[in-house]
Amino acid sequence: MAKKEIKGSVTARKAGYIEKGGIKALPHNIATDFKRNKTIYFLCIPIVLWYVIFCYLPMGGLVMAFQRYNVAKGITGSQFVGFDNFIRFFTGPYFGRVMRNTTAIGLLDLVLGFPAPIIFALLLNEVRNKSFKKVVQTTSYMPYFISMVVIAGLIKDFTQSGGVISNIVASITNSSAVNLLGEAKYFWWIYVLSGVWQGFGYGSIIYMAALSSIDEQLYEAAVMDGANRWKQTLHITLPGLAPTITILLIMRMGSLFAVGSDKILLLYSPGIYGTADVINTYVYRAGLVDMDYGFSAAVGLFNSVIGTVFLLVTNGICRKYSDTSLF
Amino acid sequence: MKTRRSFPQLIFEIVNTAIMLLLCIICIIPLWHVIMASISEPAQVDMATGFILRPLGSVSTKAYSLIMKYRGIWTGYGNTIFYVVAQCIITSFLSVIAGYVLSRKRFRYRGVLMGMITFTMLFNGGMIPTYMVVRNLGMLDQYSALLIPSALQVFYIIIMRTAIEGIPDSLEESARIDGAGEMTIMWKIILPLCKATFAVIILFVAVGKWNEWFTALLYLPTAKDKYPLQMFLREILIQSTTVSNAADAMDNAALYKTLAKYASIVVTTLPILCIYPFVQKHFVNGVMVGSVKG
Repeated sequence: MAKKEIKGSVTARKAGYIEKGGIKALPHNIATDFKRNKTIYFLCIPIVLWYVIFCYLPMGGLVMAFQRYNVAKGITGSQFVGFDNFIRFFTGPYFGRVMRNTTAIGLLDLVLGFPAPIIFALLLNEVRNKSFKKVVQTTSYMPYFISMVVIAGLIKDFTQSGGVISNIVASITNSSAVNLLGEAKYFWWIYVLSGVWQGFGYGSIIYMAALSSIDEQLYEAAVMDGANRWKQTLHITLPGLAPTITILLIMRMGSLFAVGSDKILLLYSPGIYGTADVINTYVYRAGLVDMDYGFSAAVGLFNSVIGTVFLLVTNGICRKYSDTSLF
Repeated sequence: MKTRRSFPQLIFEIVNTAIMLLLCIICIIPLWHVIMASISEPAQVDMATGFILRPLGSVSTKAYSLIMKYRGIWTGYGNTIFYVVAQCIITSFLSVIAGYVLSRKRFRYRGVLMGMITFTMLFNGGMIPTYMVVRNLGMLDQYSALLIPSALQVFYIIIMRTAIEGIPDSLEESARIDGAGEMTIMWKIILPLCKATFAVIILFVAVGKWNEWFTALLYLPTAKDKYPLQMFLREILIQSTTVSNAADAMDNAALYKTLAKYASIVVTTLPILCIYPFVQKHFVNGVMVGSVKG
C-alpha cells in the first residue's frame, strides 16, 4: 500500500501536481488543473485515441507474429507458438532470395541514390544565372510529383521490347531489343536508376537550403587566401553540408532494408521473383494473398527490427566520430 | 558581383551548364514523349524507335475520346477528388489541434504525448497488424478505410507545433484577458497566423492523396466502385486492361491500346503538373521546417 503511494507521488511530481501544497493537496491540484485546462484535455482525446488505435494497437497486434493466427479466433484465442513463424521464415526456401534482393537493392540505392542529390546540389549551386537556376530546380522536382503507378507504367512501356530504353540498351550492348523487365538481371538497375531519376531533384532541396546558410564571409576569406573554386568546395562547402549529410545518412540507414513494396509490386512478375522479390513484397504476398497472417507479421517484425538496429548503430557511430547525430 | 573568370573556370561553367541542361531534358523527356505520342497516329507510334519529340502524322485526339468513354476514369476521378478533399479537411484540422495542444506550456502531459507520437516514427506495427486493426474495425471496403487510418502524420504535427510555438505568447494572453476561450484562441488567433503552415499541410496531403494507390489495394479488396483514380490507372497501365466498350470496334481498341495508355497518363498527371510549380515554394518550406525539427 505504502509502495503504491510513493509510486503515485512520483508520477504526480512529474506532472507537477505536488509542487504546491505537498502530497495532501494532490487531489485538489489535479482537479484544479483539469478544470482549468478542460478544453485542452478535451482536444487531446481524438489525437490520443487515433494514436492508440492506429499505432499502438497494431504494435500490440504484433503478438500474432508468435501465434498460429486465426482470424476467427483473434489475438486472444489463437494458439501461441513462440518463435515458430520466425524459424519457418529463416529455414524456408525464400529466405535467402528475399534477403539477397533486399540487401542488394538497398545498398545499390544507397550508393547511387544517396550521393545523387548532394552532387546535383553542389553543381546547381555553381550556376550563376538566377533564373536558369530556378528553371533547373523546378524541372528537377517534377518527377517526384508523378505518381508511382504512372512511373511504373512508364518504366514498363519504355523497357518492353521495342520500347525506347530497351532500344538504347540494345544499341549499347549490340544485341537485339528485349523486354528488360522480363530479364531478372536488369531488375535491380531498373528499380534503382528510376528511383534516382525520380528523387534526385526533390532530395536536393534540403542540401540547397543548407548551402545557402553557409556564411558568405568564409568564401571571401578563402578567396583572399588564394583558394580556387575546387578548394573552396572541399574546405568550406562540404564541411558546411556535413551535418545535413550525416542526419540524412542515419535516416537512410534506418530504411536500408525497408525497400518499399509498392513500386516493386507494380513492376515485378513471377518470372523475375528471383531478383525482384524483397522482404516487403514477401510480407504482402504471405499476408494478403496467402492469408498466412502470423507468419507475415513475423517477417514484417523481423524487417522493422533490423531497420531499428541499423538506425541505432549508425546513429551511435555518427555520435562517436562526429558531432552530429539524430539523438 | 562580376568577377573575372579564369580559363579553367570558364570551361567548368560551360560544362556545368551543359550538365544541368541534360538533367532537365532527362527529367522532362519521358512525359514529353507521352504527351506527343498520345496525339500522334497510332501506327507511327508503334514504329518509332526513339523518343517522340513532336506529333507523328496528323494530330488527333482520338485516344482521349476513347479514354473519356472508359467509365473507370470518371469513377476514379470522382472518388479521388472526394478522398483528396476529405483527407485535407480531416488531416489539417487534426494537425492543428495536435499542434496546438502540444505547444501549450500549461498542458502538463505534453512531453508524454509528444513522446508517444514520436515513438511511432521509430517503430510501428507494420502492414499486417495494421491491416488487422482496420479489418476488425469493419472499415474494409468503406470510404473511411482510406481516410481514417491516414488521418495523422508525425511530420504534419511537428511542423504545425513549430509554427504555433513561433507565435508570441503576448497575443494569446491579451486575447485571454479579453475573455476569449481556448477554442476562440485556437481558431481565431492562432490559426490565421499559421496560414502558411496550414497551406503546406494541405498541399502535402493533396498531392500524396492524389497519387496514392497502395492503401486502396490493401483496404478496398472488393469495392471497385470506391477505387481512387490511381487504381484504375494501374489496371490500364500495369495490368493492360484494354480500354474499350461495346460501341468501339475491336480493332480500334487494339490499335489505340498504347495511345490510350498515354492519354490516361496525361489525363491523370496533368492536374498535378499544372499545380506543382506554383506550390513548390511551400513544399520547400515544409521540407525545411520538418528537417530542422525532425
